[in-house]
Amino acid sequence: MNRIVAKEEFSRDPAVYMMQIEAPLIAKKARGGQFIVLRINEQGERIPLTIADTDLEKGLVTIVFQVVGKSTAALGQLEVGEEILDFIGPLGKPTHMDNYGTVLCVAGGIGIAPVHNIVRELKKHGNKVITIMGARTKELLFWEDKMRALSDEVYVTTDDGSYGRHGLVTAVEQELLEKDRDQGDINLVIGIGPPIMMKFVAKTSEPFGVKTLVSLNPIMVDATGMCGACRVTVGGKTRFVCVDGPEFDGHQVDFDELFTRQRIYPEQEKLSMELFRQQQACGCGCGCDQGEAS
Amino acid sequence: MSADKKQKIPRQPMPEQEPKVRARNFDEVPFGYSPETAMLEASRCLQCKKPKCVEGCPVNVKIPEFIGLIAEGDFVGAARKLKETNALPAVCGRVCPQETQCEAKCVVGKKGEPVAIGRLERFAADYERDHDAVTKPAMAPSTGKKVAIVGSGPAGLTCAGDLIKLGHEVTVFEALHKPGGVLVYGIPEFRLPKAIVQAEVDYLKSLGVKVELDFVVGMLDTVDELLAKYDAVFIGTGAGLPVFMNIPGENLNGVYSANEYLTRSNLMKAYLFPEYDTPIVKGKKVAVFGGGNVAMDASRTALRLGAEHSYIVYRRSEAEMPARNEEIHHAVEEGVELVLLANPVRIVGNDEGWVSGVECVRMELGEPDESGRRRPVPVEGSEFILEVDTVVVAIGNGPNPLVPNTTPGLELTRWGNIKADEETGQTSREGVFAGGDIVTGAATVIMAMGAGKKAAVAIHEYLQDK
Ligand SMILES: Cc1cc2nc3c(=O)[nH]c(=O)nc-3n(C[C@H](O)[C@H](O)[C@H](O)COP(=O)(O)OP(=O)(O)OC[C@H]3O[C@@H](n4cnc5c(N)ncnc54)[C@H](O)[C@@H]3O)c2cc1C
Ligand code: SF4
Ligand code: FES
Repeated sequence: MNRIVAKEEFSRDPAVYMMQIEAPLIAKKARGGQFIVLRINEQGERIPLTIADTDLEKGLVTIVFQVVGKSTAALGQLEVGEEILDFIGPLGKPTHMDNYGTVLCVAGGIGIAPVHNIVRELKKHGNKVITIMGARTKELLFWEDKMRALSDEVYVTTDDGSYGRHGLVTAVEQELLEKDRDQGDINLVIGIGPPIMMKFVAKTSEPFGVKTLVSLNPIMVDATGMCGACRVTVGGKTRFVCVDGPEFDGHQVDFDELFTRQRIYPEQEKLSMELFRQQQACGCGCGCDQGEAS
Repeated sequence: MSADKKQKIPRQPMPEQEPKVRARNFDEVPFGYSPETAMLEASRCLQCKKPKCVEGCPVNVKIPEFIGLIAEGDFVGAARKLKETNALPAVCGRVCPQETQCEAKCVVGKKGEPVAIGRLERFAADYERDHDAVTKPAMAPSTGKKVAIVGSGPAGLTCAGDLIKLGHEVTVFEALHKPGGVLVYGIPEFRLPKAIVQAEVDYLKSLGVKVELDFVVGMLDTVDELLAKYDAVFIGTGAGLPVFMNIPGENLNGVYSANEYLTRSNLMKAYLFPEYDTPIVKGKKVAVFGGGNVAMDASRTALRLGAEHSYIVYRRSEAEMPARNEEIHHAVEEGVELVLLANPVRIVGNDEGWVSGVECVRMELGEPDESGRRRPVPVEGSEFILEVDTVVVAIGNGPNPLVPNTTPGLELTRWGNIKADEETGQTSREGVFAGGDIVTGAATVIMAMGAGKKAAVAIHEYLQDK
């Protein structure tokens, strides 16, 4: 169960991996915008990851993740053939699908993965899809070919100018929305990526009055609507991302509160990571300095 | 022994860890009776012809019979007698509110202290398990019918246990990675060791119950999809989203719902961080809002996580607290401080978005309300600040939304609970039964078990006609 059947290193620094997991029941049900929760081993925490792709025939679920702490580091070390202890989903509400006319998808960093899944479904519903995909630097970009194959137009940006357009995704978003101001073809913006990026994607579209969906990623525990860890403020109301979301109206989200709530455990995360590195270094897993560095 | 003599024997206390010591560890608080003490306590029972205690028990455990067996020294026999009506005696002996149920009705309690039914129940069940004396009950021949149980809390487990004995094929679907519901994620280790819950689940598995973990019904198969594969469905999905106070500051860092706080500590073993990966804020000064068992569990957990001050902020007085007396007593003994007749009106934060205090207003008790409890009214101008770095809100839960939201035609109450017949658990959908907290709102383990039992009988009948 939950066997890893494919793994690819998308970039090394920061480390980003793609994995395909055998999870036929989830693959059958999953739709764009939904996520899974996984737990690597008995000591592991439950971490949510957005579904990047599914393969119905083979019963596979694709995840793309960046190593940001111990759990993702440990996940990144699993190899093809190994199993993930718990793989739970699909969770959250799928992106509401409709023929919106033209949809502008803005994907940043590993947000490219979930956006890809949504673009595919948007196309099935007859939408014209314009995709902006951006990353800090060229190495961190992936799936440009896949995006080009699906989208009607694709714009690529890098913060450092090492590839595509030099600058942020929001610069292109601004231009496209301005260009469209008179036609009014773009009826929906979907922004997925780092929280700070989503905040600015929403800020950029707000003056144009174009509805903007963002996919929130707060800290979660059960992800089944039991614990309330994932609460965010949307339009002045408390909402629970795991059951009410993950997608919300970006113009209504209190992003600053989300940023703060994502930083509840910085010290614990650091400690976990340090201990993990030590165990890695010794090779025997006990934390001593005897083994070889890996 | 004459009744007179019996009445001279005092109710036997159960040895327990010293409050100071136990307030800093997660081991179980009471040690349980020794066989000698159990037999002595059992000898206090008058073996009433018309036992009042049984009337007080929601599942009508054969109380004098099992106590009689303990008095004779037949501890395994006592456990089997218990299990004829109660599938989880080791759990109930620990967490049931006996003082308002069986023990409240016990005739010995009229003059002195009632027979310690709960402690004896726990003793017998532990004895059987610890001596590997658990045997399989008589099983009816296979009926070829299949039942899906949604949720592995006490309601679901009880329903599963009864149906498998009746010869049906039973599969339990559980959303979390461990079975047991509140028994594993909510009630702390020091009150109910998780190994006991696991043993009960293992026992059900040994009878043939299949348990599918990590299976979120509604997101994977819906109830309707289950109905296509199974002959009947029982829904026991329990409580869901926590209720907050709706006061400013509730989304500050360091504010938890009791569900999250306890789930991190119990299910995810955050108290063993960093050996376990899930972190928890180990506050030095913790305020828990609420006065129920959940509040007691949270405040006692806070102490064990290293809090120097663990406060319970409750808007009425101690007499109105819904928690069991024993739990309040245990909490206070361990050092939990009760801040009574105080209502939080605002959580105060610092510049970094962390809790720094709670502003409360003093309350006084006015006229009784619908529940008969005197209604607390704020005293104007009496606001004060309690300095804390962690807040746990333990004022209740709504129903779990996933199944109701994905099951068309399932009638709900105004609050979103599933409507089900009290005697049968029958819902508005044919072949779909429900029971436990998802129907009643937050109640007790034994009530949930009672609902699971009744539903099992009704499902059995339904399957025979089908
Ligand atoms: C902290 C705490 C302390 C308590 N202390 C006591 C006490 O001392 N004594 C007492 O009698 N009672 C106590 N209670 C109350 C008691 O635990 C509950 O009334 C009882 O557990 C309800 O049982 P249940 O089977 O209805 O639901 P639960 O125990 O809530 O179990 C429901 C299960 O269903 C699962 N589920 C939910 N949705 C889905 C889905 N869509 N698909 C699959 N599975 C799903 C959940 O994950 C859960 O495991 C306490 C409760 C809490 C929270
Ligand atoms: S009421 Fe008390 S004395 Fe009578 S049978 Fe029950 S436990 Fe024994
Ligand atoms: S993660 Fe627990 S309610 Fe959303």
